[in-house]
Amino acid sequence: MDFMMMGRPQAEEFVRHVEEGCPYRSDDVMQPEQAVSTGTTIFVCEFDGGVIMGADTRTSTGQYVANRASRKISTVYDKIFVCRCGSAADTQALTQFVNHYLSQHAVELGKQPSVNTAANLFKVMAYNNKDRLMAGLIIAGYDEKRGGQVYSIPLGGARVRVPWACDGSGSSYIKGFIENHYRPGMSKAEALELVQKALALAMSRDGSSGGMARYLVISKDKVEEGNILGNKLPVGP
Amino acid sequence: MAGTGAGYDLSVTTFSPDGRVFQVEYAGKAVENSGTTLAICCKDGVVFAAEKFLLSKMLVPGTAKRIFPVHRRAGMSIAGMVADARQIVSRARSESTQYMSSYCEEIPPELLAERLGLFMHAYTLYWSVRPFGCSVLLGCVDQDTKKPSLFTIDPNGMVHKYTATAEGKGKQAAKTEIEKVLANNPDLTCEQALVHVAKIIHKVHDEKDKDFELEISWICPASKHEHAQVPAEQRKAAETEAKRILEAEQEDD
Repeated sequence: MDFMMMGRPQAEEFVRHVEEGCPYRSDDVMQPEQAVSTGTTIFVCEFDGGVIMGADTRTSTGQYVANRASRKISTVYDKIFVCRCGSAADTQALTQFVNHYLSQHAVELGKQPSVNTAANLFKVMAYNNKDRLMAGLIIAGYDEKRGGQVYSIPLGGARVRVPWACDGSGSSYIKGFIENHYRPGMSKAEALELVQKALALAMSRDGSSGGMARYLVISKDKVEEGNILGNKLPVGP
Repeated sequence: MAGTGAGYDLSVTTFSPDGRVFQVEYAGKAVENSGTTLAICCKDGVVFAAEKFLLSKMLVPGTAKRIFPVHRRAGMSIAGMVADARQIVSRARSESTQYMSSYCEEIPPELLAERLGLFMHAYTLYWSVRPFGCSVLLGCVDQDTKKPSLFTIDPNGMVHKYTATAEGKGKQAAKTEIEKVLANNPDLTCEQALVHVAKIIHKVHDEKDKDFELEISWICPASKHEHAQVPAEQRKAAETEAKRILEAEQEDD
């Protein structure tokens, strides 16, 4: 009996400080199970000839690392990708929807949809369902019309084209660093170094980011994927 | 019943024994009775022209239009029942804005024409509706490449892409004239085309018909690649010049 008492605290011992009319039951003292969420660092930037996307690989449920090698950079269409942060379920679902819409749209269009279009579809859903979603998205890719592009869609569902964007819990540790080191028209090698360094810095400070650093380089004629193992990161412990 | 058509022309839901849908063909007749309208894809844009019959001497000039803007870089000229065609114009406008709000790009001209084709075709399938008594000329200029394109959409829902075409009473004569103009000036610009289209509309006008007002609009560099009416002075100048040439030609004959 004692054992069971220990396992599940009794309602009387806990006073929940909630306002009148709160929908929680008074005996619902346990926190609801935490959702699988990508407490993340993602960073995407334009360079001369394309875009580079980078992300850590840690997916956590509260304190627990649910996946130490996850992919937070997902394909939306041939040359359009998204870096996801926030709820894994929400961002995956959004990506699937946009993927579906774009594949239909490509048929009626008779050519590749633009990155702009993909970003707008994400925005429409992120904005219309802002009360229900926990999704931070950075859409990037390459199209013939506008070349390499980065679109940031933060929590409220705004859509902004930017030269670089970073998001996730780790992003606050590196924004200043990026601001200081990013310049427009960087070469591919320079930009890749910046992405790797920024990610490594964020991963070393932010407890919810970690694992490997994955990156994706999208340019006119190819898409290259790569990763750096956790013990080979350029900075950090 | 006398003849093959008899009894089969009351509804679009019944084919005649020789495989025709008469109501749709009759809708085509409504187009043939209308004043002539034409459009030309020039080197640098699209020009539309329409012969608008004046139903009354008291009609205010520049009203009861037959050429409409669809979006900033698309216009539509109509032949047939104007009231019916306004429905198409309104549909074209909503298709363009809807496309823009979901895809954040201007609707490709081909796609807009195709969607309007589907819309008009849907009205040839149900007994409860009648087909549109109009054909429309849809002209667009691409936002980035500035490439012009021109389509016609008929009451049966067919879509055709043209470099230049005409609809209405004088369509045959007008098409022949346009062909001649384009053969002589392969690099015709919109500004150069003004006199030609004014001349053609005046030439194909039937003296037995009511007086008419010439309506011209364009999408070209002069209008900053947006659909706009040709300024009144330019239109009048083109019209006077056209009349002068026509008179000179008649004297030669």
